Amino acid sequence: MTAFWQDPITFLRLWLENLLLFWGVPEGWVLVIRYTIGAVLLATAALLFVILQLWLERKLIGRLQDRLGPNRVGPWGLLQPIADVLKIFTKEHITPAGADRVPFNLAPVLSVAAALMVWAVVPFSATVFGAELNVGILYLLAVGAIGEIAIILAGWSSNNKYALLGALRTVAQLISYSVPMTLSALVPVMFSGSLNLNAITRAQEVWFLFLAPLPALIFLTASVAEVGRAPFDLPEAESELVAGYSVEYSGLKFGFFYVAEFLKAFTVSLIFAVLFLGGWRGPGAEAYPVLGFVYLFLKSSAVYLLMILLRGTLPRFRIDQVMDLNWKVFTPLALLLLMIIALVDYFLRGALPLVRVMVLLGVNALAYVILDRLLSSRERLRRQPVAQPVRPVARPENLINPSETGVAS
Amino acid sequence: MLSAWLYIGIFTLVAVALPAIAIFLAGLLAPKKPNPIKEATYECGVETVGPTWTQLRIQYYLFALAFLIFDVESVLLYPWAVAYQQLPLFAIVEAIIFLAILLGGLFYAWRKGALNWQ
Repeated sequence: MTAFWQDPITFLRLWLENLLLFWGVPEGWVLVIRYTIGAVLLATAALLFVILQLWLERKLIGRLQDRLGPNRVGPWGLLQPIADVLKIFTKEHITPAGADRVPFNLAPVLSVAAALMVWAVVPFSATVFGAELNVGILYLLAVGAIGEIAIILAGWSSNNKYALLGALRTVAQLISYSVPMTLSALVPVMFSGSLNLNAITRAQEVWFLFLAPLPALIFLTASVAEVGRAPFDLPEAESELVAGYSVEYSGLKFGFFYVAEFLKAFTVSLIFAVLFLGGWRGPGAEAYPVLGFVYLFLKSSAVYLLMILLRGTLPRFRIDQVMDLNWKVFTPLALLLLMIIALVDYFLRGALPLVRVMVLLGVNALAYVILDRLLSSRERLRRQPVAQPVRPVARPENLINPSETGVAS
Repeated sequence: MLSAWLYIGIFTLVAVALPAIAIFLAGLLAPKKPNPIKEATYECGVETVGPTWTQLRIQYYLFALAFLIFDVESVLLYPWAVAYQQLPLFAIVEAIIFLAILLGGLFYAWRKGALNWQ
């Protein structure tokens, strides 16, 4: 029997199970009741977490752009997202004429459900996890695809050209980026010999980030693209596609697409932390599982803050640049890295951990240098236009034409 | 193992039910004043011309095909990756040859221009 302060959730779980058994509930039903309570609590917590996340993101993006961000409602604007949720809750639901009603209403629900369902397999600490699936990673990839179905449903059912175009473009981006993502997720599976997320966490004596930094980089970039955040926010390119697949949505249905986006953003940082940053591992996490929560939260928050920083600093890519980056850099690179790491790690099987880390790091660094050289040489070979059209550059000294205004410069 | 899938099943139901209930409740609270202008297709104020389910570029189809190839292939590779720690050199070289063929296919598609966004 563990003490309460060592592992509060397991403690409460055991207490509840014993209580129900004492009341004479059959064992199978105890399991069902426990799972239902766990699922409702976890899903609600995830959705409530989004509210905090909305505030955090708006505040940080505000500071990055030299603004204050929300600061009127509540201390530091903390209650702003709650006010927004209340407002959006009471807005009218407009269904456009000619819309296909069933998929139109199903799309926002599915899109949130797809983001939520990932949380079912994440190991939060040594003893607390939703389900210890032995096909965890395959489940993640499969559930991720449900979000794409939701986007296609939304675009197709809205009876709007822009929504349809936006949905197709979004799905083209998402399915493309799931290729390098799947390929680089193979590397942790190779190192740990399991698809189970908890087993992958346990296998990380050394964080897989240090064994395979390049696949980790590919995975992180691909998951940012998968979420559709800046710099890959083409799905909601306001200037080209009105707003993409969510044009015709209003009220809470529209809100749920945004909830799904924010939830996905934190979910992919969670997955990155589990696969490459050692999940709940940390000093004392085995003996005191409650510490595992803290470690996992810190690690995934760090990844999430990195994503906010990316969003605050980088401009949006063009669609052809996005596709080129995926199919002409990431996919071949992920395939090559998989081959190299498989071969190198075979010869390092009996080696000391330190030697293994050093050699794999060296291989990754070498691959990065070669990639960098290749890319920059391609950049130099690219043909330049024969005659550059002469256009005035928007600089302060060019803004006022002296011949027009008569002002001597 | 089966109980893990039971949890997944319950969680899926909850994950679908939570947003569905929220949308239903919001629908009860929200005002309902439909009119033809409000329900018209939104194209920034310009009236829509022709059918809205338009023809699409073949481009999307090509990317979908490329995706399909690589997705099926990576699902094939997962069992290999799970067994990787116990595999002899021969099996690893086999997988590398498999990956090399795929890489060749990717370069072929690249040269043919199937991966260029037009």
